[in-house]
Amino acid sequence: MSTAGTDLEALTAALRAAIGADRVISDRQQLRTYECDGLAQYKVVPALVALPADAAQCAAVVRACVAADTPFVARGSGTGLSGGALPHADGVLIVTSQMREILEIAPADERAVVQPGVINLAVTRAASPHGWYYAPDPSSQQICSIGGNVAENSGGAHCLKYGFTTNHVTGVELVAPDGDRVRLGGRAPDAPGYDLLGAFVGSEGTLGIATEVTVRLTRLPESVRTLLAAFESTDQAGAATSAIIAAGVVPAAVEMMDALAISAAEEAVHCGYPAGAGAVLIVELDGPEPEVAAQFDQVVRLCRDNRAFEIRIAADDAERALFWKGRKSAFAAVGRISPDYIVQDGVIPRTALPAVLRRIGELSAERGIRVANVFHAGDGNLHPLVLFDASVDGQTERAEEVSGAILDLCVSHGGSITGEHGVGMDKAKYMPRMFTDDDLDTMQLLRCAFDPAGLANPGKVFPTPRLCGEIPGRRKGVHPAQEAGLAEAF
Amino acid sequence: MPTDAILDQLRAAAETTTDGRRPDGSESVRPAGEHDVIAGMPARYVATPRDTAGAATLLRTAAALDLAVTVRGAGTKQSWGSPPSRLDLILDTTALAGVVEHAAGDLITVVRAGTRLDELAATLAGARQQLALDAPLPGGTVGGAVATNASGPRRMLYGTVRDLIIGVTLVRADGVVAHAGGKVVKNVAGYDLAKLVTGAYGTLGLITECAFRLHPLPTAVAYVTRRTDDPAEAGRLAGAVRAAQLVPTALEVDAPAGGGAAVTVLLEGTAAGVAARAEATCRLLGVDATAADEPPDGWGRYPWRDGDTGLKLTATLSCVPRLLADARAAADRRGLPLALRGSAGVGVLYAGLPGTADPEQVAGLVDALRTASAAVAGHTVVLTAPPPVRDRVDLWGPVDGLALMRRVKERFDPDARLAPGRFVGGI
Repeated sequence: MSTAGTDLEALTAALRAAIGADRVISDRQQLRTYECDGLAQYKVVPALVALPADAAQCAAVVRACVAADTPFVARGSGTGLSGGALPHADGVLIVTSQMREILEIAPADERAVVQPGVINLAVTRAASPHGWYYAPDPSSQQICSIGGNVAENSGGAHCLKYGFTTNHVTGVELVAPDGDRVRLGGRAPDAPGYDLLGAFVGSEGTLGIATEVTVRLTRLPESVRTLLAAFESTDQAGAATSAIIAAGVVPAAVEMMDALAISAAEEAVHCGYPAGAGAVLIVELDGPEPEVAAQFDQVVRLCRDNRAFEIRIAADDAERALFWKGRKSAFAAVGRISPDYIVQDGVIPRTALPAVLRRIGELSAERGIRVANVFHAGDGNLHPLVLFDASVDGQTERAEEVSGAILDLCVSHGGSITGEHGVGMDKAKYMPRMFTDDDLDTMQLLRCAFDPAGLANPGKVFPTPRLCGEIPGRRKGVHPAQEAGLAEAF
Repeated sequence: MPTDAILDQLRAAAETTTDGRRPDGSESVRPAGEHDVIAGMPARYVATPRDTAGAATLLRTAAALDLAVTVRGAGTKQSWGSPPSRLDLILDTTALAGVVEHAAGDLITVVRAGTRLDELAATLAGARQQLALDAPLPGGTVGGAVATNASGPRRMLYGTVRDLIIGVTLVRADGVVAHAGGKVVKNVAGYDLAKLVTGAYGTLGLITECAFRLHPLPTAVAYVTRRTDDPAEAGRLAGAVRAAQLVPTALEVDAPAGGGAAVTVLLEGTAAGVAARAEATCRLLGVDATAADEPPDGWGRYPWRDGDTGLKLTATLSCVPRLLADARAAADRRGLPLALRGSAGVGVLYAGLPGTADPEQVAGLVDALRTASAAVAGHTVVLTAPPPVRDRVDLWGPVDGLALMRRVKERFDPDARLAPGRFVGGI
């Protein structure tokens, strides 16, 4: 299925004819621009880049790839953190960033219809004058695209209460891996048939490319209240989180940072978090004013009961933004305190937090590798930042060991190897730690239904490429039970 | 009585599992009785496995014997969908029951598919938690609710099965056991097969265990109801509630065949919060609105009885009033008493017609409703109908992505032995 030189020339010509010469990149220097996504440690220069203008062009590109038996990889803004949009060296990178029109904002229907290249935050900006917004808010929401969000089932700080991309996408039009255009779902709920939409969202570009997305809009809350609580230890902050959940409160967000993450954020963005804190919690409640008022007092009390030594309550949007600034900048901020770092993404049952943090501390001490912890504490989604210096002999390897051991720790506590960044290229090798061969084979059945030729984003998500083969079964001739002498006839 | 080699084979297979010999002497495989019928189609055998391994052994054996299998839970929705085109073995999940895990601090539970929803609710209530899924037909199992994607009024706030299920254990048609998802709420590792089997009517595999996210039980609830003579007015009021800052858990409309309509708003939360929101809702709905702490009659139930025709209509949200009016007019033109009830807050209406109604007239109305719902970007699905109606209508109507769905079915069940013909497009 590789493309030899002459085939590549033919494919280039076919793509240029299909979507216009200015939409196909074949120049090596220009191709290098696309060699990685947000996980820059993996780099592969694609054979070609195509920038379709619309769904029809996108389908034409996929059909040309199918005709040439050439793999293709879809890419939105390229902010993914698992190498899901890492190009294939012999393949076409299909970049959806030119398809960036908001087709409709329909508050009365609680829906927006957008092209895949539309930036996440742009949907909220367009809807908010009407009193609505798009709830999923990954940290990269100022630059990441809806198409990428759909591929990765992106989360965000507020998914504790509002759910993930998959809970907010009600329809897609997609180009299937055979080049067919298919519509799944739409504006109305519960389309008849299999929930292929539910299977497609989060399939990391292996089941096709979304070319139009219908999303749910959420009413802007009447009231939002945010507090920042400082604790001496992550154990105390974790206990406060447990107490809040146990009290039946469902906050919009509960975020935690440990001392190292706080100091990095402080250095980078001067967020002014309380000095000497071993952990901070950001707790945000939103909803109808009378509910938020009643529950906010309860949350403040529960933080105090669990020995918060300082509680700040955001007086206005500016102060709320400051609270969030430290948290949202944490990934980049550790660059200030370490030349290199790995952003890990694992999930544990929230109640396992103290045990898991202790073990991460031990791993860190054993290998001499610092780990800063940032997490969505409400839903147990950890983002340990594993800090190292690649110029020091052996540190890269030890950092990777620690990073991998953290994933094992998550799995051993009944959690997941990824909560929101996806499997992509980076974690395909970890899939067998969470799933059996039978589990993975069963997922492959779905993939083979969509993509029997294995051209859509090959090498991602699954550790070992499998050929789909013919559909087994479909027995002809003598009935097996009859053959076995068990039955005369049915 | 002649020996039955297939029955012996199934029994021999069950014997090899932990499920083989039961202390209470009950049989895990037996010949079908007169009640072992799926939508009018009789079965030959019934197997009642108690765990995933036992179910896997049975399905492996059924595959070797080329037996057609349909899964049955409590049997509350066996009249739904088309009859299976072939049926040898009913796989009864009622012994595959029990709560495997309830991690209250993590707000999750793992349950076996044959667990009754009401029994699960009682268990979870002990920790003041709930699986926020309404059961429109009482007595049903978790697996049945997942397989038919059943939901009720509270879907407006909590979503449907697809939004609550976080993991699944399946036994495939070939007897292979597979898991997807997990037991943490946030998880994007691998394909979301739990969503794929949700609403698949058991045509892709047997669901043996499900993991769900849970929600706290609210400390206070209020039902605010406003009655009106005009269904269109009910639709307009529903729109006003959505545009306000009330965050209702449910927003229902009930328009019985006899005329008139009621809008009911369910509010949940803290005592002080619910009181304030109920008052605001009363002001919004008008002077006749009343607040109660109990639901109105028929709340969360389908507007039909056993043996009737039951339909599900969907619409884009702003067009719910229009669909209500069009459906009522189409029924009136045919002189049919159409009862309408559903979730105006999400764009889902259920419609019921007496089983005694003239099948030709009903078929004509289904066509008209299909046209009306298509005009508002929705669908009309016949969930259940008496055989004379079923013979005259396409139960599902047009299905987007049907070709892909067939390919999925072919991969999961290449011999078409799992509930063949029961789902869309003859799948």
